[in-house]
Amino acid sequence: MSIPLNWYLILAAALFSIGLFGVLSRKNAIAILLGVELMLNAVNINLVAFWRYLDPVKMAGQVFAIIVFAVAAAEVAVGLALIISVYRRRRTVVADEIDLMKW
Amino acid sequence: MNFLNDPINFIAGWMHGLLTGWGLPDGLTTVIIYFIGITVLIIFAMTLDIFLVWVERKVVARFQDRLGPNRIGPFGLIQPFADIIKLIIKEDITPAGADKLLYNLGPVLAIASVIILWAILPLSSKIFGVDLNVAVLYLVAAGALGTLSIIVGGWASNNKYALLGAFRMVANMISYEIPMVVALLIPTILADTMSVQGITQAQSGMWFAILSPLALIIFLISAIAELGRSPFDLNEAESEIVAGFHIEYTGMKFGLFYAGELLHAFTFGGFIAVLFFGGYGGFFGLEKIGFFSWLNNPFVQAVVFLAKALFGYWVIMWIKYSMPRIRIDHMLAFNWKFLTPLALVVLVNTAILSKVLAGLPNWGYVLGMFFSNIVIGFITVEILRAYGRKQRKAEAKLSPQSTQKQEQAA
Amino acid sequence: MTADKIIFLLCAVLILASALMVVTTRKLIHAALWLVAALFGVAILYAVLQASFLAVVQVVVYIGAIAILFIFAVMLTRREMLDKGVQTRSNWWLPALLGLLILAGLVFLILGQPAFGRTAAEMPAGVDTLRNLGTALVSPDAFVLPFEVASVLLLAALVGAVYIASGKKE
Repeated sequence: MSIPLNWYLILAAALFSIGLFGVLSRKNAIAILLGVELMLNAVNINLVAFWRYLDPVKMAGQVFAIIVFAVAAAEVAVGLALIISVYRRRRTVVADEIDLMKW
Repeated sequence: MNFLNDPINFIAGWMHGLLTGWGLPDGLTTVIIYFIGITVLIIFAMTLDIFLVWVERKVVARFQDRLGPNRIGPFGLIQPFADIIKLIIKEDITPAGADKLLYNLGPVLAIASVIILWAILPLSSKIFGVDLNVAVLYLVAAGALGTLSIIVGGWASNNKYALLGAFRMVANMISYEIPMVVALLIPTILADTMSVQGITQAQSGMWFAILSPLALIIFLISAIAELGRSPFDLNEAESEIVAGFHIEYTGMKFGLFYAGELLHAFTFGGFIAVLFFGGYGGFFGLEKIGFFSWLNNPFVQAVVFLAKALFGYWVIMWIKYSMPRIRIDHMLAFNWKFLTPLALVVLVNTAILSKVLAGLPNWGYVLGMFFSNIVIGFITVEILRAYGRKQRKAEAKLSPQSTQKQEQAA
Repeated sequence: MTADKIIFLLCAVLILASALMVVTTRKLIHAALWLVAALFGVAILYAVLQASFLAVVQVVVYIGAIAILFIFAVMLTRREMLDKGVQTRSNWWLPALLGLLILAGLVFLILGQPAFGRTAAEMPAGVDTLRNLGTALVSPDAFVLPFEVASVLLLAALVGAVYIASGKKE
């Protein structure tokens, strides 16, 4: 394993910035969720890289990554359910058009 | 290390010597040898696939009391080649409005999701692709890729029926992954490892099919649902939804879907053999006797494994050609209301008993696990019977004859 | 330039190229499928890092469940079969600038730490990461509490998603 740790960290930082760009610049609510997924994956790469490079015997890094998997799955499920429910009422998924507090 | 006892390492060592003798650097030689090994394994799998087409057609014919292909070649053995030539020379149509890249990607992903399973299939103790320590979970991951290929194929066809078929198939496959994962955990608990080599070697004393027959049944049912074969094939039934997600595929693309499904069925037969019937070994300790030491030869083990895999494939075909199709809502209700709770109960039972009975001698352990499965099966059948009786009484009350009788009495 | 460096660079190209396609492509289905490619690249990276269980779980959970959820949601929320119009907001240069600034800041911080330049030590012999992971997840003096809380969270999300998406009238 001759890859320095900062290669992994820079890759994770790049993935995080791309995800951030996706979240802030897309109109469609589902595309925003796609950007959030990219950011969560960047965090996971960081966690697993640190686990491997600092102390591969203790499993804290991998356990944290597994909890992030579970939280990401839960968030995507609820988020997409909300989007589908809003689509049924308002027939739109563009985030800008969902701007009334009560309809 | 000679050829008969350790073929893969022998050939790899010989090729390594040959290539470095020609002056190639060490790392590049290793990569080339890996690529050649992968290619040989894929060629073996696809050649087996051609043979499986013939097996399928002959077996379905015999189940339906007819002969099957017997004109081309002896016993119709050349028939698959005729099928291949027919599929290749068909016109390659892409429907208008279809997404070209995804339309062509669908069959490729479908066959890729099957071939990657051959990397972990243990043909013998010395002939295998790679000995992953998470092989059992890798099986589930390959199923996930198969699900993706169906969605891609169904959506890219730009056809309502294809999309509907794809939705149903994916709902089916995702739902039946749950009892499959739970049923896969049972050999993992019994063998204390997730690696297929470890599971095979842990069965040298007693097959897991005897230690936990309910796990075998649950895995068999979930595997048939994952494959999308009858009785769970509402997704691609000709009489219902006109071939489902592969309506728009013709020629060799349809051939890839079809051949991929057959190879997938055979691979699952192989996994049933590995996980429950002892894989390439499992001779109950017979191979330790001096006379039977030839049972440890890798080639003999490979033949034994392929025979058991063919038996598993035959059982899957037997179920396909004997049972009527199940409706989609019945399919999903069967999974969520019956199979998943049953699988969880069997898992908890196996986990507890494998620790409680650990102190007993071998025959006590085997008998204890087997009887606990029989007890659970008996209780399940009783619950089903009571439920069925209640349903029949409720229907009898609502039936026209009984309402007529009530009106006459009133 | 050893073999694992080549694999890492190929993986990194796959991940970053797919991520860029996710956030810029016009058709949403293609974006979801590029996400699948990016997630697959991340799974390969986990395998290179010798976290084999995480690699397989990444494929099963992210690609086999989350990506399929995305594809279903995209298919269920479109009025026509085509995506018309520009998919990014009109002031997209501002998030791009913000992303580049954050990337530059993070890279500067990372390269500024000499301790991050280390290469990995060999995995100590006889360490079975799978068994250690299993023990860590259920051992009372390790991580059983976060594990159980995560399962309760998943149960809550399951019930919530089914209720919200079922569309019953109040």
